[in-house]
Amino acid sequence: MGVNATLLVQMAVFAAFVWFTMKFVWPPITKAMEERQTRISEGLAAAERGTRELANAQGEKDAVLREAREQAANIVAQANARHAEIVEEAKSAAQAEADRIQAGAQAELDQQVAQAREALRAQVATLAVEGAGRVINKELDASAHGALLDDLAARL
Amino acid sequence: MATEAGAVSPAGYITHHLQHWTVGEGFWTVNVDTVLYSAVLGAIFLFFFRMAAKSATADVPGKLQNFVEILVDFVDNSVKESFHGKDKLIAPLALTIFVWVFLWNFMDLIPVDLLPTFATWVGSTFFGADPHHVYHRVVPSADMSATFGLSMSVFLLIFVYGFRGKGAIKFSKEFLFHPFDHFLFIPFNLVLNVVEYLAKPVSLSLRLFGNLYAGELVFILIALFTLQATEVSVMNMGLGLAQFIAGFAWALFHILVITLQAFVFMTLTIVYLSMAYEDH
Repeated sequence: MGVNATLLVQMAVFAAFVWFTMKFVWPPITKAMEERQTRISEGLAAAERGTRELANAQGEKDAVLREAREQAANIVAQANARHAEIVEEAKSAAQAEADRIQAGAQAELDQQVAQAREALRAQVATLAVEGAGRVINKELDASAHGALLDDLAARL
Repeated sequence: MATEAGAVSPAGYITHHLQHWTVGEGFWTVNVDTVLYSAVLGAIFLFFFRMAAKSATADVPGKLQNFVEILVDFVDNSVKESFHGKDKLIAPLALTIFVWVFLWNFMDLIPVDLLPTFATWVGSTFFGADPHHVYHRVVPSADMSATFGLSMSVFLLIFVYGFRGKGAIKFSKEFLFHPFDHFLFIPFNLVLNVVEYLAKPVSLSLRLFGNLYAGELVFILIALFTLQATEVSVMNMGLGLAQFIAGFAWALFHILVITLQAFVFMTLTIVYLSMAYEDH
């Protein structure tokens, strides 16, 4: 028992071991550990980023889809409006045409009625004069009684 | 020795077990067994750790690397808990102390007669030594020279760290004016600090030595159960069973002790160096 020169030998050996550990053992191991640590944290960050990007893409997709749907709805509405417009236009054009045709027919009818009336009137005057002549057996002077005859004819 | 059962007295057995294999005289004696075993254990430690370090990869680590990394991480955390400066030496130092001391202590779990018997056989067969004078102690931490070798290295480092962390002037001032900050108290402070500083390596090494020496001694005493058994008898079988149970129980308990002592030595080393390095 007791302490002897072994102490000095042990101190030297210890120093050598510590030096070796410090130089050749500790740095590579801690370096590998730190590297792995950063790699893992990077991996986790990447995964997080991926999740976030996925959520973003999902939102973007929803927005695009909504917009497309809105556009489609707009187009359909526009088409509908246009369709109604065209129908309306056609309707009014048809109506106008019908009105025009009707008016023309009416005018022609009126004219024909007037012509007929005129002709009738002329014939009535002649008939009346003839009738009256026959009744009184004498020639009426057409020119002398013209005013009377015209008045008669106008009343028909 | 147990191999020559019957011819050996318990006292002779014990004293034989507590003798070092030595070279030299007086203080200039070297305990060859201590140096040999601690060096071989250190070499084993460095061999495996260097192997792991060489193939260390940031990818999926192998089993050896995993094991080494667990130890490195454990030591690194212990260091970071109390030492806050940036230092390249202290963590490897702590790792070396922990593993080396653990391996020293582990030698205590190897059956007490195994290696000495082998050494006796080698010594007497190949070197013509007298079997009674082949001494062999395999637990370096049960040798005060070894534990003091460690703690004196730590003691020197305390000053190195003190000078580096606080500077020579501040360190010396603390030595003179702490704990009583008055020039009249300088001699008193000086004595107090010298005692305090000397207590550190002494307590470090004696704690380790005491625990392991006692452990070794208990193993030797347990081995006495059947030391003088010469025949197969009921009593000897009972003694053998008792020896087995006692040895098993003590070894089990000792697993705790050897780990704890290695840990305590490492932790206190870190604490002492931090105390020297940093301001209170």
